[in-house]
Amino acid sequence: MTGAALVVLLRRELALAWGRGGGPLFACAFYVGLATLLPLAEGPTPQKLAAIATGAAFAALALSSLLSLERLFERDYDDGALDLLTLGPLPLEAVTAVKCLAQWLANGVPLALAAPIVSIALGAEPRLWLISLVASLCGGLGFTFVGGIGAALVLGARRGGLLIAVVVLPLFAPPVIFGAGAVEAFAAGLEWKPALAFLLAYALAAAGLAPIAMAAACRNALS
Amino acid sequence: MIWRLTVENLTLARGERQLFEGLGFSLGRGEAASLTGANGAGKTSLLRAVAGLLRPEAGRIHFQDRAGAEIEADLARAQGLHLLGHHDGLKSTRTAGEELRFWTRWLGGDAQSLAKAVDTLKLDPLLPLEVRKLSAGQRRRLALARLIAAPRPLWLLDEPMAPLDLERRALFGALMQAHLDSGGMILAAVHDVLPIPVRDLKVGLA
Repeated sequence: MTGAALVVLLRRELALAWGRGGGPLFACAFYVGLATLLPLAEGPTPQKLAAIATGAAFAALALSSLLSLERLFERDYDDGALDLLTLGPLPLEAVTAVKCLAQWLANGVPLALAAPIVSIALGAEPRLWLISLVASLCGGLGFTFVGGIGAALVLGARRGGLLIAVVVLPLFAPPVIFGAGAVEAFAAGLEWKPALAFLLAYALAAAGLAPIAMAAACRNALS
Repeated sequence: MIWRLTVENLTLARGERQLFEGLGFSLGRGEAASLTGANGAGKTSLLRAVAGLLRPEAGRIHFQDRAGAEIEADLARAQGLHLLGHHDGLKSTRTAGEELRFWTRWLGGDAQSLAKAVDTLKLDPLLPLEVRKLSAGQRRRLALARLIAAPRPLWLLDEPMAPLDLERRALFGALMQAHLDSGGMILAAVHDVLPIPVRDLKVGLA
């Protein structure tokens, strides 16, 4: 019963996340656009760009992850679906976790797939594609779950999207530091595993703990 | 399975404003109560409090099983009640069929009860349509279908009849009667008269 309910909910959330805020293509287009602005601002000198490519790509990834977060709970809150989701077989904590998981699958994973292309286009060495992909996948998982806390906290507030960014951007600092750090350490031939391990730990801790906060924030918004 | 809903000495507030205090009633199998009161008297809030969405300022809401023993409130709500409010929870970009199938599974119905709901409310021609293309009355029928598609004993209804045409009102009246006859309970906030025998429950500050 519980397992079946998880699957049913995940399928619905994936279908909704795929269409939310223009879907993954929109987020990817924003990501690529952001990365394209950088050479224009920084000047097209290849050495200069290559030096900041991986870090800039990761910061752009963090911003792109914010895009569709606004609608993560908002639509279900506005149309009453969140009320009914509390009356189902799963606790609200599990519901919020499934919503974030679907958001990551539909948005975070496509963004992570675009990440190596973006950083190589900015001048990073092509051999970095795998570490860049792995770091973006882990980082994206952390961005989604931590961002979900922001999305749940701003329910019912006006201009929620802006508020989410203000609430969660400071919390995005650790994954940006460890994610970009891991890729740069790998590029320089240094020990990169600790940074990646920290990144993964952050993402898993977020996935484990954020649902408790999201569910509490949703209950508060509903009452 | 819920056999009785008991509300004791309930006080509800929205923000600073107290809606009512000291409300008490009990609803057993086969009983229906209609909540009446002015706009803003707290009818919807009472339904949301019973559904566990709104925390009472004071008082208790509890659910009992066949033997009169108390059922844990979260469990009772997750398995035993339907909430049909102004916001129906239907996504306008999905088809009526997708939405009905999802909510049926989520609220504990199966393929058989789903087919029965589609049949009873004559939803067949609507299922392939996107929810946004439905009229207010058709949308309400889709929302009502959940009550049949996932059988649960306690129905909390907020203005269930409003967008329905006369023929559908009669049909829904029959559905409510059948629900009561099979041991269900109905708590409904209404302005017009329900086509079933009900107890009147006045909500609001005296």
